[in-house]
Amino acid sequence: MEALLLSRWQFAITTVYHFLFVPITLGLSIFTALLETCYVRTRHPEWKPVCKKLTKFFGTIFLINFAMGVVTGIVQEFHFGMNWSEYSRFMGDIFGAPLALEALTAFFLESTFLGIWMFGWDKLSEKAHCACIWLVAFGSNLSAFWILVANSFMQHPVGYAVNNGRAEMTDFFALVTNPYVIGEYSHTLFAGLATGGFVVLAVSAWKFVHDDGSREAFRQTLKAGAVYMLIGTLGVMGTGHMHAQYLREGNPMKLSSMEALWETENPAPFAIVADINQDAGRNDFEITIPALFSFMLYNAPEGEVKGINDLQKEAAAKYGPGDYRPDVTGLFWSFRIMVGAGGLMAAIAGLVGFLTFTGRLEKFGFVLKFLPWLLPLPFVANSVGWYIAEGGRQPWIVVGLQKTAEAVSPNITGGEVWLTMIGFTVIYLLLAIAALYAALRFIRRTKVIQTEGRNG
Amino acid sequence: MMELNVLWFVLITVLFTGFFFLEGFDYGVGGLLPFMGRTDEERGMIIRTIGPVWDGNEVWMITAGGALFAAFPHVYSTMFATFYLALFLMLVALILRGVAFELRGKADCLCWRRFWEGCIAFGSLVPSFLWGVAVTNLIAGLPINENMHYLGSFRDLLSVYTIVGGLTFLTVFLFHGAAFLTQRLGDYGLMLRARAYALKTGAAAIFCFVLCFVLTATKTDLFHSFPAALLLVLTGVCFIAAYLAMAQGKFKVSFILSSLAIVAVSCSFFTGLFPRLMVSSISPAFSLTIDNACSTPYTLSIMTVAALVMVPVVLIYQGWCYWVFRHRVTGKDLKAH
Repeated sequence: MEALLLSRWQFAITTVYHFLFVPITLGLSIFTALLETCYVRTRHPEWKPVCKKLTKFFGTIFLINFAMGVVTGIVQEFHFGMNWSEYSRFMGDIFGAPLALEALTAFFLESTFLGIWMFGWDKLSEKAHCACIWLVAFGSNLSAFWILVANSFMQHPVGYAVNNGRAEMTDFFALVTNPYVIGEYSHTLFAGLATGGFVVLAVSAWKFVHDDGSREAFRQTLKAGAVYMLIGTLGVMGTGHMHAQYLREGNPMKLSSMEALWETENPAPFAIVADINQDAGRNDFEITIPALFSFMLYNAPEGEVKGINDLQKEAAAKYGPGDYRPDVTGLFWSFRIMVGAGGLMAAIAGLVGFLTFTGRLEKFGFVLKFLPWLLPLPFVANSVGWYIAEGGRQPWIVVGLQKTAEAVSPNITGGEVWLTMIGFTVIYLLLAIAALYAALRFIRRTKVIQTEGRNG
Repeated sequence: MMELNVLWFVLITVLFTGFFFLEGFDYGVGGLLPFMGRTDEERGMIIRTIGPVWDGNEVWMITAGGALFAAFPHVYSTMFATFYLALFLMLVALILRGVAFELRGKADCLCWRRFWEGCIAFGSLVPSFLWGVAVTNLIAGLPINENMHYLGSFRDLLSVYTIVGGLTFLTVFLFHGAAFLTQRLGDYGLMLRARAYALKTGAAAIFCFVLCFVLTATKTDLFHSFPAALLLVLTGVCFIAAYLAMAQGKFKVSFILSSLAIVAVSCSFFTGLFPRLMVSSISPAFSLTIDNACSTPYTLSIMTVAALVMVPVVLIYQGWCYWVFRHRVTGKDLKAH
């Protein structure tokens, strides 16, 4: 197999792996910081030791996850040069800056203050120690901004000129205010809240059921986690909706592919299911809701949406002969899975919140028993979401400027990439198992005991 | 503006030098861990000396790579594709090390803990060696053509010179790590053991360094640059002085001198490279330089502003971190965490 295809697989595998852990880091860092803020500022003295124990409890889960996020992330930084040297050459003038800024402003911050936080409980004042975890949360969420600035340029190039055979930066401000970034970044931040919230919910549910002594403590984190997750899922939906509307001009081919809309229509229907025939450029079968797609895009049941076939003709006219259509089947189903999973997560957050705040938890305890099994949902949603983002951009690696096929490193062989791809996949898998084992063992054994005094 | 690319050559030198100085002792401590620590408690204390700081130190490498990408994208592209399998190996090692620090303490069974300690050691020794291989390859020259593409294979990266270079970095970092431990450990017995390991690794390092020095003189053009040659001599002087100080029990002086030696060798290497960043063994015209491999003046100026603002800030809070954990590590610290 050739180096290009294998490199694409390798990048997909390593990116998806990285993004299994990143949303937890984004969301759980903030949640842990909130827990510690409760510890520092609570006016109920009987809750103080519990809040501290909860902070350390969720903090430890955060730390295990953070380690996986960091190591899978270093691979990504090296990856652009290792497998995609011609992309790096073409894009480096623009792409390198956000990456360097990510390290300078965000990685240094999160790594340094996490080290202080981990070992500094007895060395700093309560407030100073709490500030450390807030800085970690800030750093992690800031790093997402920079990498998404870089990715957004790939999706929707701005602030550049093509000179000397490469893309050169002409406007840094345009780069960081790329409208694409607003959608990607806000959507990612809320996905972090939703994922982190679900982890809190699943862990709290398990502890509530299995750890009698800690029950009251985890009742509170169920409440907090439900609210947190609800904010996350509603935010994900809102920002996703906003970003999809932007895609009308930002990347209409991606948008119509997500919908498998082959012909330009006004108004355009929304297909719930479809049997997609990419070769023929049509759906052999579909169940649609009339005008719904236009409604989603225009906030009114009327508005033209360009079809894939017309967009393909336009692209061929602009860029020369070639197939400018991405994997429509993959995008279509990824989108539905993502939205379905997200909707289900919102419902779960709402349900658990309702049960907890209205004191019905004990009566409907089976919900809590079932909850941890649904934890894969956010990871599925996050992964197919990234498939939409990156798969929807094909055949371009930088839309309109460089094709993926032109971007791979010329000196690496298929054999070398086989080796590294299998190597990364196997090591990541083994480490994920080890990390999960360590986390589950920790969750099972750690007692977060409620002190006397507070009436349930 | 011609000067910005020179400035960025200097900044990248600073970033890599900082990285070698800081992760140098992390790698050294990690590499010594399974040998120096005879009990679980001892190994816990050794890990604890770098526990709060190793991750922040590793970011120096990530920043150096990012800065290389931003300022000299052609170098980043050619270098990382050239060193493909070597970088893969380094990544595997760093991945294992990073996860190992976090997972080691999560179970009580000794086999779990020893396994992850082994990963820390692997993840410290392998990168040390590979950085030496990389650095010597860069100064010796690699077959790079006029399109800035590497024409060799992974095996071409391993020559007598580069293997000696790898062993030099490895043994120097082990000494540096041992010297660091004499500053950070509160257990007197362990401190003396650190000194014993420092003397062993230091002797090996001096031997490797002499070989490396001779090979650098004969196989590279580093000595064509008087400042680079001087810095390399200074490296040797500092390191031998560090060794002697260690033998005499002057631990603090020894660590300062090993630090200076690492700073000096890094500066020597970059000075010898200048104005190139990657030397082509095919033709000097094909070498990647600060002129033909750099970003636009616009990008460089944006990055310069960012660096001038952020680097001092980073130095301040990283410095604060070291100050917070300035006390020597004893058994009591293990119970606290």
